[in-house]
Amino acid sequence: MQISMTINGKEYSHDVEPRISLAQYLRENLDLTGTHIGCDTSGCGACTVHVDGAAAKACTLLAVQVDGSEITTIEGMANGKEMHPIQEAFKENHGLQCGFCTPGMVMTAADILKNNPNASEEEIRHGLEGNFCRCTGYHNIVKSIQHAAEKMNA
Amino acid sequence: METFIGQPVKRREDDRFLKGAGKYTDDIKLPGMTHSAFVRSPYAHARILSIDTSKAKTAEGVVAIYTAEDGCGAFGVPCGWQVDFKNGETMREPQHPLLAKDKIRHVGEAVAIVIAETQELARDAAELVQVSYEGLPAVTCPKKAMEPGAPKVHDEWEDNASFDWCIGNDRAAVEAALEKAHHVTEMTYKNHRVAPNAIEPRSYIADYDVNGDKWTLYTSTQNPHLIRLLLCAFALGIPEHKVRVVSYDVGGGFGSKIYHYTEEALLTWASKEIGRPVKWTSDRTEAFLTDAHGRDHIVHSKMGFDKDGKIVAHLTDEYCAMGAYLSTFAPAVPTYLHGTLFQGVYTTPLIHLNVVAPFTHTVAVDAYRGAGRPEATYLLERIMSKAAKEMAIDPAELRFKNFIPPFDGVKEPGYQTQVALQYDSGNYEAVLKRGLEMLGYEDFRMDQAEARKNGKLLGVGISTYIEGCGIAPSAVVGALGARAGLYEVGHVRVQPTGKVSVFTGAHSHGQGHETVFAQFVADKLGISMDDVDIVHGDTDQVAFGMGTYGSRSLSVGGSAIIKSIDKILEKGAKIAAHKLEAAEEDLEYAEGKWKVKGTDKSISFGDVSLTAYVPHDYPEGLEPGLDFSSFYDPTNFTYPFGTHIAVVEVCADTGKVTLQRFVACDDVGNVMNPMIVDGQIHGGVVQGVGQALLEEVVFDGEGQMATGSYMDYAMPRADDVPMIETDRTTTPCPHNPLGVKGAGEAGAIGSTPAVVNAVVDALSHLGVTDIQMPVTPQRVWKAMQSKK
Ligand code: FES
Ligand code: FES
Repeated sequence: MQISMTINGKEYSHDVEPRISLAQYLRENLDLTGTHIGCDTSGCGACTVHVDGAAAKACTLLAVQVDGSEITTIEGMANGKEMHPIQEAFKENHGLQCGFCTPGMVMTAADILKNNPNASEEEIRHGLEGNFCRCTGYHNIVKSIQHAAEKMNA
Repeated sequence: METFIGQPVKRREDDRFLKGAGKYTDDIKLPGMTHSAFVRSPYAHARILSIDTSKAKTAEGVVAIYTAEDGCGAFGVPCGWQVDFKNGETMREPQHPLLAKDKIRHVGEAVAIVIAETQELARDAAELVQVSYEGLPAVTCPKKAMEPGAPKVHDEWEDNASFDWCIGNDRAAVEAALEKAHHVTEMTYKNHRVAPNAIEPRSYIADYDVNGDKWTLYTSTQNPHLIRLLLCAFALGIPEHKVRVVSYDVGGGFGSKIYHYTEEALLTWASKEIGRPVKWTSDRTEAFLTDAHGRDHIVHSKMGFDKDGKIVAHLTDEYCAMGAYLSTFAPAVPTYLHGTLFQGVYTTPLIHLNVVAPFTHTVAVDAYRGAGRPEATYLLERIMSKAAKEMAIDPAELRFKNFIPPFDGVKEPGYQTQVALQYDSGNYEAVLKRGLEMLGYEDFRMDQAEARKNGKLLGVGISTYIEGCGIAPSAVVGALGARAGLYEVGHVRVQPTGKVSVFTGAHSHGQGHETVFAQFVADKLGISMDDVDIVHGDTDQVAFGMGTYGSRSLSVGGSAIIKSIDKILEKGAKIAAHKLEAAEEDLEYAEGKWKVKGTDKSISFGDVSLTAYVPHDYPEGLEPGLDFSSFYDPTNFTYPFGTHIAVVEVCADTGKVTLQRFVACDDVGNVMNPMIVDGQIHGGVVQGVGQALLEEVVFDGEGQMATGSYMDYAMPRADDVPMIETDRTTTPCPHNPLGVKGAGEAGAIGSTPAVVNAVVDALSHLGVTDIQMPVTPQRVWKAMQSKK
């Protein structure tokens, strides 16, 4: 099936099999390998991207389902060389170790703060419920998001 | 001058990860690359009657299909440890074939590999492979596996034991002391099976290049050189110098990516058969079914005390599952990485542990974060707290009564345990004191009493652990059954411009070596961190190495680098002396310069480096260049220790446990980067909390895994845990140059018993004395009901 979408501000058009997930499409067709795949049951959140401005699990969407949509992936978060404040905050607060969950965490964090710029610790933890991290124990991820919020609200 | 050791330097690896530019194996695409899928057994135990690949072979995009008949890897994947029976009989070590031949021994065992143009086509065709099985009864519990008449995993032996083993004092002496003890505390429980669950699934690409008859294996491993050795010398019998193993970024390991897996060998073999690269990336269910698991011990233990609460003897019997085949480190885990820690931090004079290690119809059990030491700590710390309750002594006080007194390993000698090892240095009272202070223990006890009056169930649990890290002195582990040395290699290449490339055999899969190693290298050489690059994860670049596990990277790998730095400074001094026309003894090295003592004459590290490579004006007889490689074999293990304290609230209506606070005071020796050490503790603690409260691999009676996805296997999420309160004491390791002990596993070792102790404490006034992990709401609720 022919699909077109805007990804990180650029237009793309491809002929894809209807069964291909958005995550596979990004990784295989566009070499946007920052979107990771950690499970097959929508459980880990490593694949989180933004579809029309809201966080979504790219492993659970078919590429054809988001035909015509606007997608942002982790590769589209920085402004050129300058990292997004959330990316900065993750670095400042050691919010990542192996880095595998990180793109999904950053995309989810952006969604949490977009909807609730003053999210409390509890709200942040609740918002991260769909994302596994096996390395950090979440401590520094929560701290990173709190610091990002401070910076973004300043 | 800026120094870096001990500073919370931000990680240089973060930029690539944060921008989605990390290079994990599945991110790699090679020209002409094919994809593969495995046909896996749905039975835990079965005879293979026939395999029909004819339909699959004609499916769209299929390149090749192989079964055991095709002669792949005649030897199978090897085991790296040999633990023989107590009576001298050799360990029973079955062949672990790359593809199952006549018999299936666990669900998920691979029967065929299907190679096709895309992953989807490979999976489609795999579904067309028809295998007919005759299902057989299975056994998954290590204790039941030893009962007479249990289904046998390997027909060639009379029962399911792979080996049995014991350590410590004479059993009769320990039993006699227990007979005479004033009080004996007894426990029977299961340290249940958990799945490591690195979020990056295992992924491999094998690429055979007919040009030069060479292979490259890209693999998500914790130890590329070890994989190359096992692959070449054992699994396939191919020349080691023709194989390059590369593991760039790896998305977590926790032990599960140490081992040489059958898929790695099979892909390497198949790539040459088809003359194209082959990729395989596990999906999550395959990961549950085929990644080595952790724990799975059935434990019966008795600890005896005198009337003052001093431990007099400790006797334990365990059944420890091996799974269907022996994974790389498996026999070492319930033995040398476990029994040798039964001294704990206590002066127990008599200890005996007996282990029976049976095969079961399950995937292998091997090292998982902490490997044997969490299991030892769980037992010691649960039984101490249970004993404290029974004897009506405060659990902190009982520990203080029994601690080994402080010793630094320099002025005071190391502590000789009853279980073979000698501890390096320790101050166990100090960490417990600090932990109690951080918590506000006295106040908590008052709050708890108050809360109970209002029907609120609050509990506190203490655990004081010790672990053995920095594995390992080669001769010692060799005598214990290791089939490899456990030294590390550190190669330091100074470039002509004074820039430094460091090649390490340690491997980072989250630990931040690129930053931490550069910190101490920059300090030791007195140069900027920007001038130091750390290279790892490529056997063509790094001379050799044993990889990262057992919290060994800094204590063993770092020490190897220090050895090379010493050689560089020694040779550099000769060059400097020549250039400065001074005697070597008159020079001192500081801040990146050799200086003639008491003068202002000096030469910089950069100038000496250049001279070493442009040796026009040069000491006679000295080789040009500034490039050294060293092997460091430690003289002992290192022994980090600490106190973990958990506070929980139990919901009286539902039995749900909420972890309210978690306090960790750890002593990991000297600290290179406190930010990273804290991060390691946080992550480890939450993994340990996961085992205590949520995680369990469950099999049904037929050996089917009931927990094979994230829908069924509960792992800690952000809202299951609080912030972790950390602090440290510092007792340097006396036997390695950096004085470091290792921090990778500590969190997972200390935390599990702290949490379960807290739950039991919360319920103790109701009469609950023990509870089986994971402490689910259902178990808690049942425990509460049973006491009504
Ligand atoms: S890969 Fe999408 S949720 Fe796990
Ligand atoms: S940083 Fe490794 S899974 Fe989160």
